[in-house]
Formats: sequence, structure tokens, C-alpha cells
Amino acid sequence: MSERSNPAKPESSRLLVALAGNPNTGKTTLFNVLTGSRARVGNYPGITVERRMGEANLEGVGPVDVIDIPGTYSLVARTGEEQIAINAMLGLGGQRRPDAVVICADATQFVRSSHLVLQALEFGLPVLVALTMTDEAKEAAPDPVEMGRRLGCEVVAVVAAQGRGVAELNAAIARRLRMPERHEIWHWQPTAWLRKLLDETRAALPVQWPSCDAMALWALMSVETGDELHGIPAALRQAVHLPSEVRKHIDDEAILGRYSFMDAKLAPLGRHEPDQRLTERVDRILLNPWLGLLIFLLLMFALFEGLFAGADPLIHLIERVFAAAGDGIKRALPGSILAHFLADGLLSGVGAVAMFLPQILLLFFFLGLLEDSGYLARVAFLMDRPMRAMHLHGRAFIPMLAGFACAVPAIMATRTMERRRDRVLAMMVIPLTTCSARLPVYTLIIGSLFPARRLGGVLPAQGLLVVFMYAFGMATALLAALILSRTLPPLRSRRLPLVLELPPYRRPRLRDVLGMVWDRSRRFVTDAGTLIVICSVVLWGLLDFPREPARPSRDWKASVAQVDPSARPALERAAEAERMQQSYAGRLGRLMEPVIAPLGFDWKIGIGLVGAFAAREVFVATMGVVYGLEPDAAQTSLTLREKLRQEKRPDGTPLYTPLVGLSLLLFFALACQCTSTLAVVRRETGTLRWPLFLFAYTSALAWLVSFAVYQTGRGLGL
Amino acid sequence: MSLPDLPLRKSAVVEAVGGDRAFRRRIMEMGLVPGTKVRLVAVAPMGDPLTLELRSSRLSIRKKEAAQVRVRV
Repeated sequence: MSERSNPAKPESSRLLVALAGNPNTGKTTLFNVLTGSRARVGNYPGITVERRMGEANLEGVGPVDVIDIPGTYSLVARTGEEQIAINAMLGLGGQRRPDAVVICADATQFVRSSHLVLQALEFGLPVLVALTMTDEAKEAAPDPVEMGRRLGCEVVAVVAAQGRGVAELNAAIARRLRMPERHEIWHWQPTAWLRKLLDETRAALPVQWPSCDAMALWALMSVETGDELHGIPAALRQAVHLPSEVRKHIDDEAILGRYSFMDAKLAPLGRHEPDQRLTERVDRILLNPWLGLLIFLLLMFALFEGLFAGADPLIHLIERVFAAAGDGIKRALPGSILAHFLADGLLSGVGAVAMFLPQILLLFFFLGLLEDSGYLARVAFLMDRPMRAMHLHGRAFIPMLAGFACAVPAIMATRTMERRRDRVLAMMVIPLTTCSARLPVYTLIIGSLFPARRLGGVLPAQGLLVVFMYAFGMATALLAALILSRTLPPLRSRRLPLVLELPPYRRPRLRDVLGMVWDRSRRFVTDAGTLIVICSVVLWGLLDFPREPARPSRDWKASVAQVDPSARPALERAAEAERMQQSYAGRLGRLMEPVIAPLGFDWKIGIGLVGAFAAREVFVATMGVVYGLEPDAAQTSLTLREKLRQEKRPDGTPLYTPLVGLSLLLFFALACQCTSTLAVVRRETGTLRWPLFLFAYTSALAWLVSFAVYQTGRGLGL
Repeated sequence: MSLPDLPLRKSAVVEAVGGDRAFRRRIMEMGLVPGTKVRLVAVAPMGDPLTLELRSSRLSIRKKEAAQVRVRV
């Protein structure tokens, strides 16, 4: 993924322009305008933070690579995620060294935005400032030429969304690229005390790092016990190991030094305060403890409803198209194993991937609008207190809500959280929320095994049970977050205080939102999608092979040929049931029986559980085939319900009692037996460790809970 | 007084910033340095976190950390 692994790529010989800046300064819009939105998305080496690369054509220079560095307030870092900015700007940690660094500075907050510029200048980086949002700042915007004179680097005003100033910025980048000399520019003077510390620290810096004061200052301000930085040699750690009071002194000197320059020299350039009446007025409503909460809940309801209702027709359409295509293939190549593979294995896998897309598109469209308008930060503000009680990030609220529709887009949506620990924790608990694929399973089990009584003559018992299952899912997800974050070292909440900027309300730019939606969906299809298709084909193989039962109870073909044509379908279904029972999945089901018997399940349920790996609702269809039902009947699951009720154990007692039903419900609620979810967790965490852990811990939990409930129920004589 | 004691929508000037080093460093880098004018603009539904306005930007921090920031009205 990194350029290093592929040195033959022509782009590595090109000049590299890095785009940096505070969050919410219009950096993404500028990147899209500079590169024509054609971004190649990858990951930074060794870390799953998205790395967007594009290409710009500069007059007099030719094509150059442009890298979009994640938004940051400072080069000083505490976590691996924050370290990306310094690595990308200096070309450390396996990254290419940029030949020019464009820093976006928001004109409405140009003083604060300049802090990052000052840091970069201290390193002697080839800096150039793009002064964004000048249209919004109006009179509050500084004169770019004067600002540039005082900073010591060129400043260009741009309104990226309207393309204003983009040509000038391109020309300025080209000028900067043709001017290779670098000077360290300091706008504050360290005291003799700090000078001495800087000199000592510089001597301890690793050889591959630049040996400059700015790098020494970075190490003094970043490296400390308990940080989450990568690639810090022990010798350097030793060198900067200082008492906390001394460190605070260093911070004070550097930050107050920069701010006193910025307040004295830069702040007077803004002739006005920026007009923030809109944000002020909207926040009075949206952050109001009562009204704001009400509007938030309504918005979330709309998002959830939209996700369900909006995606449903599309999902059904895709389902029908793929089913029709499968039938077409089977008709074109009747009886052939190839047609069978194409239709039931490959095509249904591709269909499964396609069926995730409507929800992914919708969720990311909503998220894009919320993020770019500035509301997503307010969600984190409103939800911080309740989510923190469970050790979750305030931004985990929307992904967890989306988990009620489907865990796959929900897990992808954890991207809005910056810290890996927050993201992984959310990913580990989202699959416990009741996704829509569980509903057909719940309906089948509850409909067939629980009486359609009304409690007290009013409340429907079956409906209540469904409501209970939803509440159970939410409760276990929150509880799991609390327990995992207390017990699992990588997820333990090293308590990071909240520092959250609430950006001004802005109108989202549709092109940026759609571009982001497109990126996400494309990456889902190419990365997770491939894995989902492979798993689907494997599961098809398990359920459909061997094609003939090894030990047929009778000669099915001869029997089918003998009977009256009207009786054939029933006989064929019985043959299919026997085949499935003796398939690899069937054997797996029998193999599993000793493990699942203590939960009250027999091997036929075992087959259903194997089938449910493809997608939970497949459990219903698989059970239908196992019991030799017409496919349509299995869908409506009316006759399947009859079958389940009639099924007997060898001793003649009914197999499916309400107790077995409850045990099965709880098992489905807890076990993350969904290959698509596991595939997407693998893709988002970049390792196999987390999906394996997710599968292991949810399966163990499911088994234990079902075991406890079933055995207790048996003990009580249920 | 400390920041959380500030009445809603009331302005004050930062006198001193205390607290955990990494947090303190981060909010100072974002402009919350002694001498900066700050205003409390919102309190979340359960009384925590708080939203401050400073240097024409809005910043949310929790009550516990805000208590480490001394201000003068």
C-alpha cells in the first residue's frame, strides 16, 4: 500500500505536495479542487488511517502528487494517529518527504490556524499558506500579502468551492517547488534554559530524523511515559524523561511564545470580528438542554427510519434482480454444476455485497451532511456524558444506532472517531445490537414456539418478546463496552480528556459529500466485498456438496421417476432435504451436536447455524430446506413453523419447546456469526486479530448464556 | 473563579491553565492561553460537557478539566 512497497510506480519520482491544516478549514474541498477529486485512497503505513493521494497538474512543473494529511491542530503528538501529521510533513516513518507543504488556514480563525504554520516554519519546511473561507470571514480576513510578509512565507487567499484563487495557489505552489532552499524561521526565542535542553535533546535524536531544534522541541513536548507513539528509540525516551513541572514549563514557553507573536503581529490584521451570529443563533436552539435534545432525537429517528425505509425498496430490487439472473443462468445451463456454482454460489455472494450498498450509501450520505454542516460535532457534545458512562466515545452513538439496521455500514461509520481505541471498542460491541437480519429469525422462532397469547388480555406476548430482544441487544452492547474497556488492555480507556471543536455551521458541499460516499462504497466493494464473496462461495460449497447423498435412504431418482407427476415435487424436496442433511454442512452440524446439545439444539439447528454464517436470515431458508419444504413456504415460514412444532426428539417429546426457542433467540442475539461483519471488521482494523476476537468472544458469550438459560430452565422443569 | 462557575453566556479572561499535561498542552495550542477572552456558550443536557467560545471558535471540554482553568470576570 505504501509507495515503498512499490518503488516502480512512476509517481514516486514525481514531486510531492502535502496538504495540511486544522480540521474544518476546507482542506478536503481544496484537495478535491486541486486534484479534480480523483483520489487514490489507501492507508498510512502501519496504521489504519485513511491516506488520500491525488494528482495535480501545475503549470511549468507538470504533474505532481498531492497528499491530504488528516486535519490536525498541532505537530506535537500523543498517539499514533496524531503522529501521522509530523511523519507526513517531514517524510518520516516510511513516508515520502514532501517538496512543498500547503497549510490551510481558516480566515475566520487565522490566528489559531497560524499555530500549525509557525510549527512548520520552525522545522524549515517549504511552507505555503492557503487562506480559506475568506468569503465567510469578509472584513475579518487578513490581507494575505501582509500576513505572508509577517509569517515569512507566501499566503494565498482561496475560496475553493467557487474556484477563486485556485490558479494563484497553483502558481504559488509551482514557485515554491522551484525554490528548493529551506530556512528555519522562529518567531519566538527560547530562553537560555530551554536552549540548553534543546541542545541536549538534539544529540539524542535518531540519525534518520532531522537534527534541528524544532525536532528536539517536538520530542520534548510529545514523548512521555504512557504515550502511544511509534518508533521512539529508548535512548530518546531516556533523554527527555523529565519531571512533569519541567515539561509544563517547556509547553508554556513554546506555546505562549508563539501566541504572543500571533497576538501581537497577526491578530491586528483582522479588522473585524468574524460574523458568527448564525452559529450563535443555531447553537442556542440545537445545544439547548431540552429543545436541542428533542431535535437531536427527532433527527436520529429520521436517520434511522430513512436507513430502514429508504434502503428497503432498493434492497428488494437488488434481491429480485440477482434472483432473476440466477434463474436465467440455471435455465440456460440446466442441471450443470457450473450453473449451480454461478447462480447459488458466486452470484448470491455478489448479490449479498450489492444488498449492503443501499444502506452504506444512505448512511454515509447522512453522515457526510451531518459532518460537513457541523452538526456531527454537536452530536458528540450532546452524547458525551451518557456514552462516557460506558467508556464509549460520544461519536459512537450514530454507528451504534445504525447497528440496528445493519452492522456492516455501522462498523464502517466508526471512521468518524479519530482514535483507534475508540473505533475498535465500538466495532467490538456494534454487532450485539439487533440488526435487521436477525428479525426474520426472531419472527420464525417466536412465531412457532411461543403462544400468541395476550398478557393480561392486552399486551401481545410475542410482540413483547421481540421488544425484549431489542432491549437485550442494546443492553448487552453497552455492558460489553463497559466490560471490554475495563479488561482488555488494547481497549482499556486511557482516559483522554475531551477536546472537541464545534465548527461554525456551514452549508455542506454536495460534491464533497458524494465524493466521500463514492470512496467508501468503492472501498467496501473492493476490499470487504471480495472477502464476503469468497465466504459465500465456501458456505455454498459446504451446504451443496456432495451433490448426491453418500448413503441415500432410497434410490431417489428411481422413486421420483416412478411416482405420479403431482407427487414429484414433494419427493424431490425430500431428496433435497436428505442431501442437505448429508452435506458437509450437515456433517458439520452433526459434529457440532455434542457442543450445542447442552443448549438444547440438535444437529439440524447446527446446519441452520452454519447457513446463518452467510447472513443470519439464511437460517430461515436453510431450515426450510433441511425440513424439505417448498422454498416459498420457507419464506413465509408458515409451514416451517408447523414443522418445527411437530419435530420430536427420539424419546417422543417435542424438540422445539419455548425453552429451546429462548435459548436459540439468545444465541442469535449474542453470537456474531455473520461473515460480512467479520470481513468488514478485518478491513477496518487491518488485522485478523480483531475479527477473530469478536467472533470468539461473542460465540463464547452466546454459548454460556444459552447454556445457563437452557439448563436452568430444564432444572426448573420447563 | 474556575470556568464551570462562569454563568452561561458570560465572558471572562483566562488567568491560568492547569491540569493533565497533554490536555493542557492541547487546549493551549488551540488558543486557550492566559489573557484570552472566553465565554461559556452551552452546557450539555446532563450538565457536562461545556462549550466555550474563544478566538471566534467553539470548543467543548468536560467540567472536570474546565475546573482546572482559572478565569477573571
